[in-house]
Amino acid sequence: MTRYIIKRLLLIVPMLIGISFILFVVMHLAPSDPASIKYGLNPEVSESARADFNRMYDLDKPVLVQYVLWMKRFVSFDFGRSFIDGRPVMQKIGSRLPATILLQVCSILVIFFAAIPIGVIGAVKRGSVFDNVTTVLVFIGYAMPTFWLALLLIFFFGFKLQWFPISGMSPWYTAYMDGFGKAKDLLWHLVLPVATTAFGGLAALSRYSRSSMIEALGEKYILTARAKGLPEKRVVMHALRNALMPIVTIMGLTLPALISGSFIFETIFAWPGMGRLGYEAIMNYDYPVVMGVAVIATFLTLLGIFISDMMYAVVDPRVRLEEHK
Amino acid sequence: MNKRILFGLIVITVMTASAVFAPFVATHDPLEMDLSPEERLQAPSAEHFFGTDNLGRDVFSRMVYGARVSLSVGFIAVFISLVIGIILGGLSGYYGRWVDGVIMRLVEVMYCFPTFFLIMIVITFLGPSIVNVMIVIGLTSWAGLCRLVRAEFLTLRERDFVYSARVQGVSNKRIIFRHILPNAMAPIYVSATLSVGGAILIESALSFLGLGVQIPTPSWGNILTAGRIYINYAWWLTLFPGLAILVTVLSFNLIGEGLREKMDPKLKERMN
Repeated sequence: MTRYIIKRLLLIVPMLIGISFILFVVMHLAPSDPASIKYGLNPEVSESARADFNRMYDLDKPVLVQYVLWMKRFVSFDFGRSFIDGRPVMQKIGSRLPATILLQVCSILVIFFAAIPIGVIGAVKRGSVFDNVTTVLVFIGYAMPTFWLALLLIFFFGFKLQWFPISGMSPWYTAYMDGFGKAKDLLWHLVLPVATTAFGGLAALSRYSRSSMIEALGEKYILTARAKGLPEKRVVMHALRNALMPIVTIMGLTLPALISGSFIFETIFAWPGMGRLGYEAIMNYDYPVVMGVAVIATFLTLLGIFISDMMYAVVDPRVRLEEHK
Repeated sequence: MNKRILFGLIVITVMTASAVFAPFVATHDPLEMDLSPEERLQAPSAEHFFGTDNLGRDVFSRMVYGARVSLSVGFIAVFISLVIGIILGGLSGYYGRWVDGVIMRLVEVMYCFPTFFLIMIVITFLGPSIVNVMIVIGLTSWAGLCRLVRAEFLTLRERDFVYSARVQGVSNKRIIFRHILPNAMAPIYVSATLSVGGAILIESALSFLGLGVQIPTPSWGNILTAGRIYINYAWWLTLFPGLAILVTVLSFNLIGEGLREKMDPKLKERMN
């Protein structure tokens, strides 16, 4: 088991190198010039100042040299400084990361605790009203432009009903609240962003758990369980344990989609997280921040996939045994 | 014919026809502005079916022209990812060994990456335009297809007709394209149909963020950008373009799912 974990962890390194290289080359081959974006057409900024700026950020060197330099700094967790405000990239991301992780963890919990029951009940009561309604909803969920869903939620729950706040995370007035009030306000602000973020994964995972459960219910051991007269509840439990295995792996695969979504949803809901930082950095051609966000986002994704691999090994002994051959 | 496929086909046909014949379907010039107060942000009426936007432009006409963007991006992006996916997946499945190793690592990288961020980066740095959007979506969405093609090739290359072709001295290229590929096409068509919907969703999100089709050219996504600003005053700016995206993507998915069921009766039995 330890060897399995180490092997999986070591795989993350070449992945990060590959992805950062692709990104680096794409950004630096593009016909845009950060110095002219930073200083614009400002005539006060002389040619030599622009050259200084380029030298300071190594922009005057060939792309490959720049990449090696970036890599060297990256090894010591130094992503350089933002072009825009000169703050260290790590500090900028660090201040935004908690908000994103909070949002993602809440969404994953919602997906997990809502999707699996929906799928399992649908599978057990196949053809029932509940099953038909959820199947239609899942189809709509797959086709839903989620940013549009965010707009609809803002319209109904924000403007019409005025139940939930439509943007931000902790407004100025929370400074005057006690811990309980702060937590309640935060929860209030989380509702709409979490609903939007969880939606896509909810459709996918409930569909998946439904078909996984149907497959498990068709197995021979279910027939045996029924034949020996077990109550239906116990029969379903038999199937559930086996159906859960593939569901655990698919959880890890929803992470890239969740993180991709954060770039749109955090922008729509003005959520002070990494996704919005990434969006703003892209809009400002802020290379160091874009690279930093990309690497951290990739790392989080890989970490999620790694955890789901581990879970898979925990629930399925065959994965562990394979190592001992 | 399967009801799902029929519904999907009807919607897609209507959408495609109105996109192709946009000048005849549209009731107004999609770019013509009218800033007079009585024309701006008008609710739907007999004159303006879907109302007008903040610049007094007819939303219905803009959506008809917007269909051109969404559909062409959907089809062309998927075509690009098909070409890449078939070539890489075919090579990977047919030759195996290190070719397979290298290509599969590449696929894993694509899978693990939050692709939307990559697309946003590339589009911003190359400059947003409809052509770039098509190319970038195509270049980033081939991983699933590649795996599918590989799996098909892995089973087909062991079949007797492939052995017999090899014994007769048929070249590898001919075996791949003439003998194996035609037999692998059915699941590829299904997967491609489902990808068109995905590509349309990505395009609309990009346009919504201002990274896709540039104003004043209308697209469903960038009408929603204005809709977001005026959401409390003009619900029609948000409702109709979103519904158009939803229905179009839904239709492609219904066709894809319907085809999949037709191909694999066992699957149908299991799913229903």
